[in-house]
Amino acid sequence: MKVTEKEVDYVADLANLELTSEERTRMVRDLNSILEYVDMLSEVNTSNVAPMAQVMTPGVTELGYARRDDVLRPCLPHADALANSPAKHPDFFKVPKVIER
Amino acid sequence: MIDINELTAIFARNAIEQRQLKASTLVDEFYKKIESDDPDTHAYLTLSKERAYSKAAEIDALADKGEALPPLAGVPIGIKDVLVTKGVKTTAGSKIIGNFIPPYTCTAVQRLEDAGAIVLGKMNCDEFAMGSSNENSAYGPVKNPRDRSRVPGGSSGGSAAAVAAGTAVATLGTDTGGSIRQPAALCGIVGLMPTYGRVSRYGLIAFASSLDKIGPITKTVADAALLLRHMAGRDPLDSTSAEISVPDYIAELEKPVTGLRIGVPKEYFAEGLDSDVRSYVEAAIQKLSKAGCEIVQISLPSTRYAIPTYYVVATAEASSNLARFDGVRYGHRAANANTLSEMYRRSRDEGFGPEVKRRIMLGTYALSAGYYDAYYLKAQRVRAVLAKEFADAFTKVDAIVSPSTPTPAFKLGEKVDDPLAMYLSDLYTVGPSLVGIPGISVPCGTATSADYHGLPIGFQVLGRHFEESTILRIARAVESLTATP
Repeated sequence: MKVTEKEVDYVADLANLELTSEERTRMVRDLNSILEYVDMLSEVNTSNVAPMAQVMTPGVTELGYARRDDVLRPCLPHADALANSPAKHPDFFKVPKVIER
Repeated sequence: MIDINELTAIFARNAIEQRQLKASTLVDEFYKKIESDDPDTHAYLTLSKERAYSKAAEIDALADKGEALPPLAGVPIGIKDVLVTKGVKTTAGSKIIGNFIPPYTCTAVQRLEDAGAIVLGKMNCDEFAMGSSNENSAYGPVKNPRDRSRVPGGSSGGSAAAVAAGTAVATLGTDTGGSIRQPAALCGIVGLMPTYGRVSRYGLIAFASSLDKIGPITKTVADAALLLRHMAGRDPLDSTSAEISVPDYIAELEKPVTGLRIGVPKEYFAEGLDSDVRSYVEAAIQKLSKAGCEIVQISLPSTRYAIPTYYVVATAEASSNLARFDGVRYGHRAANANTLSEMYRRSRDEGFGPEVKRRIMLGTYALSAGYYDAYYLKAQRVRAVLAKEFADAFTKVDAIVSPSTPTPAFKLGEKVDDPLAMYLSDLYTVGPSLVGIPGISVPCGTATSADYHGLPIGFQVLGRHFEESTILRIARAVESLTATP
């Protein structure tokens, strides 16, 4: 087994997920079965192959995206940006307390 | 009244232009059909009646004045629910944004509406486009109109099922590892995945950014060509959209296929392929040969590594893209959380379904310290190997053909508890997705075996980057050569 329950907890923490104990048990099983399958990638000799992160397209830079001129343009009005928020204060997104004192 | 079951985009547009049909009457007919037929299929999540009728009125007013109509005037379409539509609820098939009303419209949708198309509603799909059967939708599965005990495929299951059921003339889907071609094959219609960069993704709720593409799902190859023509092209709002001219795909369809070199990769006809699928696809290849194509046996030796590569690359990108769903700016927020961190975690845990959590976990693991080189970087290197093999093949052939899927539509529930078995249904579609080339699935026959009796079989055509014209021509030839008289 590659992934233990402890590792699942650690990864869930990185991913900002709070798994129930049932979900955790299932996740250990699923991740191990998928990773075992993924391990076949080690059969491929890639010693002289550069990693491919992006598909290159015409008019797009080597970094995988095109640049545009740095000009001002209108952005989403505040009211529209806030409209879907589950909790807001007139002009801000409202969240639980961040800093304990 | 015309038979809306058989209605194509081209026919609808011409009937409206010739004043045989009013756009608003057509919209009425479609909503009637959706009301009576969709409860059995569940292809629609939201109907956008106000938007549809106002667009129809606009088209009818133009027609009444005798003015020239736009190229898709009055064509009723459906939009996969991962594409945002201003003022019309967009859920991505997820509870976590179950009440999301987007403040803007996706470029691809906007372009089709600007060309006169009428948006009837939003289509059911796997949550965040993650799935191959549409069983991962938080709003319940879609059923295959050809056999309601079977899946329509995924993740664009609602988009494919609506076209097959005749509750939309055409729809938009998205394809990350096969999510347009696989459901099109399983529902017996046409699905086109354009080249990476051909269609703007502005307004597509991102799953895996280096792989996501938007494309049309239609009844005919000509309709796919028509829709692509009006969606494609550079968009300043998507920095990955390509600066390259868009051909007139409909005009290009008229060119003959004679003399085209067509590659048949032996790895796509190996173990795991249903015998009916094999014989119908091989028969279609024979017909292309008789029509003057040169058939060339080729090899794509690393094919078996495409699925593991895909499930590392796609989940890694997804784990990053889906970090934005945290209950702050939109979507579900857990009640009574005491700290910000607790709010994030509980909102996400309550809002995401099991497959989405599984992929976020797998992707986070593959990117985490100690595993990044072994999984993420390794998968990116294998991706480059796959790209090289396709590039080499395309020096010898003009297109590559294969089955779209290993089997026709499987049963609802058949693979739902086995993520790996589900992933393997993307066997022939993920490789091309990783490489960024265009692909299309077109029906080529109907299975006769006991297991899949009466179910459609899909034929996949793949082309070089930005050569959609070539694969559309070949798909059109397959469509006419395999048509039942």
